[in-house]
Amino acid sequence: MSKITLKIDDRQVSTESGSTVLEACQELGIKIPTLCYRKGLPSYGACRLCLVEVGERARTQLKAACTFSLQEGLVVRTNSEKVQRTRRIMAELLLARCPDSEKVKEVAAELGVTDTRFPKKNEDCILCGLCTRVCSELMKTGAIDFSGRGDTRKVGPAYDKHSPICMACGACQVVCPTSTATVEDVATRQARPIASDYNAGLVSRPAIYIPFPQALPNVPVIDREHCIHFLTGACKACEAFCPAGAIDYSQEDEVVEIEVGAAILTPGYCIFEAGQKLELGYAWYPNVITSLQFERLLSASGPHGGKIVRPSDLKAPKRIAFIQCVGSRDAERNYCSSVCCMYATKEAIISMEHEEDLECNIFFMDLRAFGKGFDAYYERAKELGVIYTRCRPSSVEEIEQTRNLRIGYTDEDNHFVTREFDLVVLSTGLRPPAEVKELAKKFEVELDSNGFALTSMFNPVESSRPGVYVCGPFSEPKDIPETVMEASSASAKAMALLTEKRGTLVTQKEWPPERDVSGQRPRIGVFVCHCGVNIGGVVNVPEVREYAKTLADVVFAQDNLYTCSIDTQESIKKAIEEYNLNRVVVASCTPRTHEPLFRETVRDAGLNPYLFEMANIRDQCSWVHMHQPEEATRKSKDLVRMAVAKARLIEPLYSMPIPVKSGALVIGGGMGGMTAALNLAEQGFEVNIVEREEELGGNLKNVHYLLGAEDPQRQLGEMILKVNNHPNIRVWMGANIKSVDGFVGNFKTAITQDGKEAEIEHGAVIVATGARERMPDEYMYGSEERVVSQRELEEKLARGEFEAKRVVMIQCVGSREGDRMYCSRICCSQAIKNALKIKEDYPETDVFILYRELRTYGFRERYYTAAREKGVRFVRYDVDQKPLVSAANGRLRIETKDPILGSMLQIDSDLLVLAPAIVPQDDVEDIAKMLKTPLTKEKFFLEAHMKLRPVDFSVDGVFLAGMAHAPKNVEETITQAEAAASRAATIISKAEYTPEAIVCSVDEDVCAACGICVSVCSYDAPEIVTVRGKRVSKINAALCKGCGACASACPSGAVQQLGFRAKQLFEMVSAALE
Amino acid sequence: MQEFEPRIVAFLCNWCTYTGADLAGTSRLQYPPNIRIVRLMCTGAVDTIYVLKALIEGADGVLIGGCHPGDCHYQTGNYKARRRITILKKILNRFGYDEDRIWLRWISASEGKLFADTTAQMVEELKDKGPNPIKQLWMV
Repeated sequence: MSKITLKIDDRQVSTESGSTVLEACQELGIKIPTLCYRKGLPSYGACRLCLVEVGERARTQLKAACTFSLQEGLVVRTNSEKVQRTRRIMAELLLARCPDSEKVKEVAAELGVTDTRFPKKNEDCILCGLCTRVCSELMKTGAIDFSGRGDTRKVGPAYDKHSPICMACGACQVVCPTSTATVEDVATRQARPIASDYNAGLVSRPAIYIPFPQALPNVPVIDREHCIHFLTGACKACEAFCPAGAIDYSQEDEVVEIEVGAAILTPGYCIFEAGQKLELGYAWYPNVITSLQFERLLSASGPHGGKIVRPSDLKAPKRIAFIQCVGSRDAERNYCSSVCCMYATKEAIISMEHEEDLECNIFFMDLRAFGKGFDAYYERAKELGVIYTRCRPSSVEEIEQTRNLRIGYTDEDNHFVTREFDLVVLSTGLRPPAEVKELAKKFEVELDSNGFALTSMFNPVESSRPGVYVCGPFSEPKDIPETVMEASSASAKAMALLTEKRGTLVTQKEWPPERDVSGQRPRIGVFVCHCGVNIGGVVNVPEVREYAKTLADVVFAQDNLYTCSIDTQESIKKAIEEYNLNRVVVASCTPRTHEPLFRETVRDAGLNPYLFEMANIRDQCSWVHMHQPEEATRKSKDLVRMAVAKARLIEPLYSMPIPVKSGALVIGGGMGGMTAALNLAEQGFEVNIVEREEELGGNLKNVHYLLGAEDPQRQLGEMILKVNNHPNIRVWMGANIKSVDGFVGNFKTAITQDGKEAEIEHGAVIVATGARERMPDEYMYGSEERVVSQRELEEKLARGEFEAKRVVMIQCVGSREGDRMYCSRICCSQAIKNALKIKEDYPETDVFILYRELRTYGFRERYYTAAREKGVRFVRYDVDQKPLVSAANGRLRIETKDPILGSMLQIDSDLLVLAPAIVPQDDVEDIAKMLKTPLTKEKFFLEAHMKLRPVDFSVDGVFLAGMAHAPKNVEETITQAEAAASRAATIISKAEYTPEAIVCSVDEDVCAACGICVSVCSYDAPEIVTVRGKRVSKINAALCKGCGACASACPSGAVQQLGFRAKQLFEMVSAALE
Repeated sequence: MQEFEPRIVAFLCNWCTYTGADLAGTSRLQYPPNIRIVRLMCTGAVDTIYVLKALIEGADGVLIGGCHPGDCHYQTGNYKARRRITILKKILNRFGYDEDRIWLRWISASEGKLFADTTAQMVEELKDKGPNPIKQLWMV
């Protein structure tokens, strides 16, 4: 192809030969109406709307732009009076043929035609031939074509009979401008849409698609199983369509070999196939959906934009039923999926917030709200009106006329009832994905009978094979925080294993020296991106570029097809050099994704990376104003003007690395503290453990056996031995923390021991102060020696001092009510553990467990089943009708209402065992104050984020493990402790800590030391100090997160947020409104 | 006469609403082009002066968008914004200025639709209100 020059609308244009007038005009941003042209298909010239005038003076002709090839010296006019007039007539003719077609009406209206003077024919098809061309040319099928001549001409399959050669691919339906072509009219087979995985099968998706909106990288993939090209070799529509030429059908999966010292397996989970539960009707009834489908319905990015509608008629349901434990807690899957109670509660709350007058009914067996903050959430759901019905529904049937569903169940009064709902949501349980069998085989790790990875209680993330770690629901169903903790824990394990190799694969990037631009007048370069058609298809990019050139201080502007491509990066660097640019503005996509890349580019060209600014003209302009090209172009100019206005004032920013002290301090010498310390020590760091008691071990000292075969005392003994003998660990017994000074990477802690004081320096802190049992003051505890706590019972059993013919246990003593509206999490398992032990050693003893909800989550469910099989009797009680305890005839009498019998039950017992609440240590407030860490209402430590940062604090360098966070089991404590070690290692494994560059700084000349910034900051970064005799605020860059709260609060403007200075923002605002 | 097209300046926090505005883009949700967005790290950094500056320079409305309560990337920045904007509105009210030209909204990173809807709704309401009278008030 050669270059040719021609004239379009009086503009000299130089372009490649071989294309058509229409293509050349589209590239130039000249809009030409058309209905029968589609990129990638041969042009046909059917609709005649794209007529243009070619030739000069009197020798002009009207030609269809889509079929007319470019020629050297050609003169084209796309908008002359003659062109306009003829196009309008064409539009009238089309309107006469298809007066009801929305698309034809729209195109005609754009040409100023709203009515036709020709007789109306009321057809649907405009005979544009797109469907016939796509079928024969792209799909190589030819199932449809034109037949008839003149005014009987029409499109259809041969002999108007459904065609067996039609693949039902649906291409004709996609390209048809008037929505006339349908697969059903042509194919003998039925079209089968591809179910969208992301939307849980509620809607379909194409064969080339971006898996989900936040996918990384955010690029489309081809589904080879459904792509016509991979099935038949035809189509290639996407290749023709993509202006970047990014489609490559020859790409194959590669086998890549990498050598690693450890592997972490995180295959996640699948949901139970609800169709297997035939009685619940998921397989047949459209209005029975899974919780994941419902989650998609609720989502703003879901199939109906967040509107709750039911699948059968897309109407808003008024009564929704949630059925719990679908695919959990049954004979085959004898485990609890742990998360369903809470997600159903959440979905119910969100739905009720969405829609007024909505009834949400949750059918459940035990409401397992055992996590931190969950019980309070459950209570809130009840307050909001979510109805909880305790039962396991036996049937779901559809009512044919309304497609409503009738649920049958036995209520608590033993009556069989049916109730009608508009929508039924099945809370499907978690199971390992089918592929894990193969994965396990490859890695030689063992799975249990349900396909979960086998791990042990004291090594919760270790698989059966050394060096291979597992985390997340692969080892047991679990929620997000536990999964995140396990992920950090697995990495801690891997880091300890590979300590010697740490950092050996890191290569340092070399940067050119940075140019000093101080004192220079701004010389701004503006780069405007087409982003293929993403921006260029809407915004007139050349116009924006030309506009940018007119702005003050802009010395260079160019437009690029893809600014992020490697060759454009190079051209930016060249322009910086050639034009001596000292500020760069890129107008393209969002800084959230591309700012780091462009900053690196300008740094590579010798500029400080912060001499860069972005204008978001794609995500916040061309994509959201697709039908308003003029307004979008104007807005893009405004956004570029705003970015340039700010760019004039931006300055180089630096972050000063701070040296880091390598050791860590662990507060608390229980199982959590020791685990964290040992892991860090194994990673080669020095650790100080401070324990207030005279021996290590914490609460685990009182645990003599566990659910499962492991011996806690042996494990604890081994751990204490390892800790005491490790050269990197120093244990301070009987010691207390007096004060903690400093900040991330540079802490200084004063410890008191035996009346003496010592000081240690360290880079990170792990809080593992644990929790304790609350001594009950109810049920005669303390006044009657036959009333004991679960721990005391365990002690008796371990010592062989147990003696009772009948034992009654009462759960939730002090938990889940009043000020302690939380679940103590461990007591249900503890009660079952002790009950099983009694049944094992004293089979003739009767055991009653009086409970509110039995929360044997995860695999603990198996022991609940075992306990029932062994004859342990479980009786539920209500919180407003608690059991009554009295001493009678030398025995203890416990009276409680049995909800199944519906009457009072009187149990005379030899021993009453209480499950006391777990409460925080008494001195947490002192420790929290010293570390500047927040606490919850119940005085447990409050992590940085409940779900995503469960071991971090908002304060950098301080981490959290064990029951100081919330009540938890020993395996969960170990996981969290290792996670905390992993997080601490991210700081102390580096020689330096590099704080944010965008931080706040104080102009000391202006500062009046009023201290408002100190009170506003959530991170204690500002401090009032004396500098050269003047009291001023000083911001510690190591602590500052760069939120800017202090800058906006400063009454004198002394505090400024670098990168977001007030004057920079002022200029932006002024520029926006110019 | 041409229909009055209000001009809105938006101060959006980097972590939630700015990201939500980006999601509106990736989801191709269409909303009126009357809004000019200024990105900040946190709504806690919105000095009321910025809002006033925008109004004085002729913006017909100002939108401040941040994370939902409890979700602030910097813990409490959105609460600070809420307090400041409440006070600002009270003061403006005292001066007889229509406080409903200032909108403070919580829009999360996943609520692209809410961002598009909020913008559309704000444009509609400002159209009913008519142009920002501050310039005339200024002259008095």
